[in-house]
Amino acid sequence: MSATTHDAHHDHGHGHSPSFAQRWLFSTNHKDIGTLYLIFAVCAGLVGGALSMIMRLQLMHPGNTVVTSGQEWNTIITAHGLIMIFFTVMPALIGGFGNWFIPLMIGAPDMAFPRLNNISFWLLVPAFALIMTGLLLGESGSGWTLYPPLSNATYESGPGMDFTLFALHLAGVSSLLGALNFITTIFNMRTPGMTLHKMPLFIWAMLVTAFLLLLSLPVLAGAITMLIFDRNFGTSFFDPQGGGDPVLWQHLFWFFGHPEVYIMILPGFGIISHIISTFSKKPVFGYLGMAYAMVAIGVVGFVVWAHHMFISGISVDTRAYFMAATMIIAVPTGIKIFSWIATMWGGSIEMKVPMLWAIGFIFLFTVGGVTGVVLSNAGIDQILHNTYYVVAHFHYVLSLGAVFSIFAGWYYWIGKMSGHQYPEYWGKVHFWVTFVGVNLTFFPMHFLGAAGMPRRYPDYPDAFAGWNYVSSIGAFVSGFSVLIFLYVVYRTFTSKEALADNYWGEGATTLEWTVSSPPPFHTFEELPRFR
Amino acid sequence: MPETRTNFAARCSAAALAIGAAFAASPLWAQVPKPWQMGMQAPHSPVEHGIHSLNMLVLWIIVVITVFVAGLLGYVAWRYDHKRNPVAGKLSHHSLLEVAWTAIPVLILVVIAIPSFRLVYFEDRTNDAYMTVKVTGHQWYWEYTYPDAKGLHFDSYMVQDADLKGDQLKLRHLAVDNQLVVPAGKNIRILTTSGDVIHSFFIPSLGVQRYAIPGRTIETWVRVDQPGDYYGECNQICGTNHSQMPISIHAVSEADFKAWLAAAPAKFNTAGLDTPARLVMASEH
Repeated sequence: MSATTHDAHHDHGHGHSPSFAQRWLFSTNHKDIGTLYLIFAVCAGLVGGALSMIMRLQLMHPGNTVVTSGQEWNTIITAHGLIMIFFTVMPALIGGFGNWFIPLMIGAPDMAFPRLNNISFWLLVPAFALIMTGLLLGESGSGWTLYPPLSNATYESGPGMDFTLFALHLAGVSSLLGALNFITTIFNMRTPGMTLHKMPLFIWAMLVTAFLLLLSLPVLAGAITMLIFDRNFGTSFFDPQGGGDPVLWQHLFWFFGHPEVYIMILPGFGIISHIISTFSKKPVFGYLGMAYAMVAIGVVGFVVWAHHMFISGISVDTRAYFMAATMIIAVPTGIKIFSWIATMWGGSIEMKVPMLWAIGFIFLFTVGGVTGVVLSNAGIDQILHNTYYVVAHFHYVLSLGAVFSIFAGWYYWIGKMSGHQYPEYWGKVHFWVTFVGVNLTFFPMHFLGAAGMPRRYPDYPDAFAGWNYVSSIGAFVSGFSVLIFLYVVYRTFTSKEALADNYWGEGATTLEWTVSSPPPFHTFEELPRFR
Repeated sequence: MPETRTNFAARCSAAALAIGAAFAASPLWAQVPKPWQMGMQAPHSPVEHGIHSLNMLVLWIIVVITVFVAGLLGYVAWRYDHKRNPVAGKLSHHSLLEVAWTAIPVLILVVIAIPSFRLVYFEDRTNDAYMTVKVTGHQWYWEYTYPDAKGLHFDSYMVQDADLKGDQLKLRHLAVDNQLVVPAGKNIRILTTSGDVIHSFFIPSLGVQRYAIPGRTIETWVRVDQPGDYYGECNQICGTNHSQMPISIHAVSEADFKAWLAAAPAKFNTAGLDTPARLVMASEH
């Protein structure tokens, strides 16, 4: 893939500089909105991370009393999950990198609906405030899956639960509008010559992600609405005493919830493909296979939801079906893993920081993926369901997969976005400390889960003390790595080094490398030619 | 299909006997998680034996895959470092390779799926139950009912830390005041339901887990290989004391079970029982 551009002029905002409020509060510029999303994600990530530090402190020894009540504990785990998913990973990958690089990579001047883009971001802020209210009131202790009856008015009577539910409504609308915007932009605003089969893989990833959001979020919205009605207006959709069914919630929630996990990982797949290709100085191996593997993951991802419900009393034939469908996802995922390795094969690899994160991603995602195959076996899941094995599995694919892809993207593009390059040495220190920390945190959780430790426990039988202690130490190492990251951010923004348009050299071939670093306020006012 | 199930069950019980023999010296023991344990708890029911053997198969497959991927990654990172390989190659298509890494994972999945389907159907339910136990989850205790014994029922609470004594000191957050008593070696139908929110009836060493959902009754089954104490915990978030409603099963010989059953109504002061409980066993029909 090669590209040229006529966009050589460096026009910073038509020569007038908007006021702070105009630029940042009323922004319609995809780059500024992307920046807002990234800043928001980092802030929310720090909050969610602080909650995990409290959790690991509590679990460090059996019988700890860092958190004094089970209800308080349940509220913390609920907030940790929701914050990390809706306010950290999604804003960073979709709102942040998506906004920044979809227009830049397809050679479009901006998103299709710039004002919609603005409201997409600003809906997140009140949503986050509502989640935090639910947390501080201590009234949303249902786990992020919000299963009724525990989340209905009888068992969570305070308004904190309603705030949390409404926060998801707002965050959902935010993502839905973002998804509409992405789909329209990708379908209509590609530069001439960029056919669907020539789009960069990050664009493919975002396109599939946007469709997953578009199709799954309305179902969540419906389910939340029904739950809010159950809580406040006397309906009984999920209450057996009024003819409702708690399992209905589980079906609706996971019809959204399972695509949601692919929503969090697919953009990462796109980023990793670019980084592997750039630093191997080779085009991506099996481009079409890579693109359609993501499409396949997206499609199959919609028909596997009940593997979260193997012990909810669904019939044995249903379990057999969902088990088989779930296993199939391993195939396109395997295609991606092997294609990344084949991209590196024969390359001339420069082990810069983004590449380290990308290789770390491939390995850790593989570990998280194979434990997914174990869990897909409904028979085995019978005793692993809801144990720490599941916690280990989804943290390997999210906290070590999605988050590694976020850091990979950050190191890869920060020079492009800010015009300041990160310090190579400290970037490497950040990677290795994080790598050791997260593995020390999450690998022992496989052992705890296999031995039968249930999740969402503030206290546990003494036999689980050993691995919990190791896990907590790992969490503190990971927590320390966040401080290193903040130092890297500080060093980056105080760096005086001037950056070329394409500071990664020949391996980086997508259109964002044809504009200056940082890019001008408006890019591609004249469409680039794409061959 | 029933034939397959029987064969599978027979093989499982054979394995159970072999393992059981190894423990013959100590017929009564407590099956609890061990400090620094890395794998699953030792299996003590046909279902759990099935889970173990499938898990071992899958575990070895995923270990090999992970090591293979890690090895490949390490090798390419070393071999194709820019110092060793200054000029990048152009390889970006290879149909045979792509077919291979699509087809081989499919074959591996088939290898896993065949025993996996058999296990799922084997786990589902028992056709010839010796007796039924109804398990009702409550915030935050379990209620056990014996419908075959004139509705004998009692509650099972966790022993609070301050009240632990003797051997129980090693069973913090596992010991309960009233254990669920069942006969070993008999197929027992378990029906789970709940009186309030969703709980999960989970005993890892017996391979048992089903949600207890209000308004629903879910069926599963267990056959405990031999007498002993088996422990599990509530495994679905159910409110503030979610971690304080463990499960303990006391499996005894059939004779001991009948003796316990005769004495139970007096012990639990079961209301509405005018005659001593007598279980109508499937085997007595």
